Amino acid sequence: MYYAVFAALIVGTILTVLAAKVDMGVLNNVVMLLIACTKATLVILFFMHVRWASRLTWIVAMAGFFWLLLLFAVVGDYMSRGWVPGTLR
Amino acid sequence: MPDAHHGEHFPGPIHQPPLVANLEAIQPHEFVHLPHHPKLQHHFDDMAQQIDASTLGMWVFLVTEIMFFGGLFAAYLVYRHASPEGFAEASHHLNVTWGAVNTIVLIVSSLTMALAVRSAQISAPPKTQVAWIAATMVLGAAFLGVKAIEYTDKFTHHLVPGPNFHWTGKHPQAAEIFYSLYFCMTGLHATHMVIGLGIMTVIGIMAWRRQFDADYYTPVEIAGLYWHFVDIVWIFLFPLLYLIGGHFTE
Repeated sequence: MYYAVFAALIVGTILTVLAAKVDMGVLNNVVMLLIACTKATLVILFFMHVRWASRLTWIVAMAGFFWLLLLFAVVGDYMSRGWVPGTLR
Repeated sequence: MPDAHHGEHFPGPIHQPPLVANLEAIQPHEFVHLPHHPKLQHHFDDMAQQIDASTLGMWVFLVTEIMFFGGLFAAYLVYRHASPEGFAEASHHLNVTWGAVNTIVLIVSSLTMALAVRSAQISAPPKTQVAWIAATMVLGAAFLGVKAIEYTDKFTHHLVPGPNFHWTGKHPQAAEIFYSLYFCMTGLHATHMVIGLGIMTVIGIMAWRRQFDADYYTPVEIAGLYWHFVDIVWIFLFPLLYLIGGHFTE
């Protein structure tokens, strides 16, 4: 099982490098981050044994990433200011 | 892999009668100090509860680490949004090959780390445990070696932010911000790698002294969580720093 996860991580890395050489516009970033998130999920679930961990550990780990998401949501607010005319002061 | 035996060690109020009822149910002989594993701390019921508590504690620490790196990622997002072309231009001066090599090195080190934990879990001989730990450390050192080569290259090409920063492209200001973030993010990550090597040295010595077996492998497991976390940070750093802004033009 560890070797299967390892193989998937290597394939993901190769795909990331190959995808960076193809022009997809904004999609380049999306693809790159999707692969990175998939790889991170694999590491967390299998290498870090969260798949077999107690529910309390699950919720603590998920809470961490949830707050990270909130942080990026705040940054998103900052970046989107001025998109609607008249909202930038 | 350990079985999913954890649930029963976290009896919630639903599964457990009130404490008073429990006291009445306890038989006198249960107060006797029964023989237990020498590594079991007295405030835990059993070994499984002990490792669950340690794992949980480590995850709480890792959550603070997520926020630590998260702040830098947020700063990256803000400045990249302010100057996408400048960041793309600056990113082109990073060596994708070295970055990719280092990504592979870290993934292999995560595999050897997982196998080190595994070898302790199945009570493999100390030699086997130490071998996997040493392999992980060699790969970690290799990562830092490559990082040193890259940093040296940045210094010789005047890409280190400061009075000697020199940029010939169209966006010198954005490039300097990019390299500030590059050194902060990879520098903090490299610091974590160095600390990781220190932790692994201690774990290696403990394994050599036959401290770990199927009943007690908590320190290896916890060190593994740290090591994998540092790997995850790099999984995001590599594409965000090295691969932005159209490498198809090359």
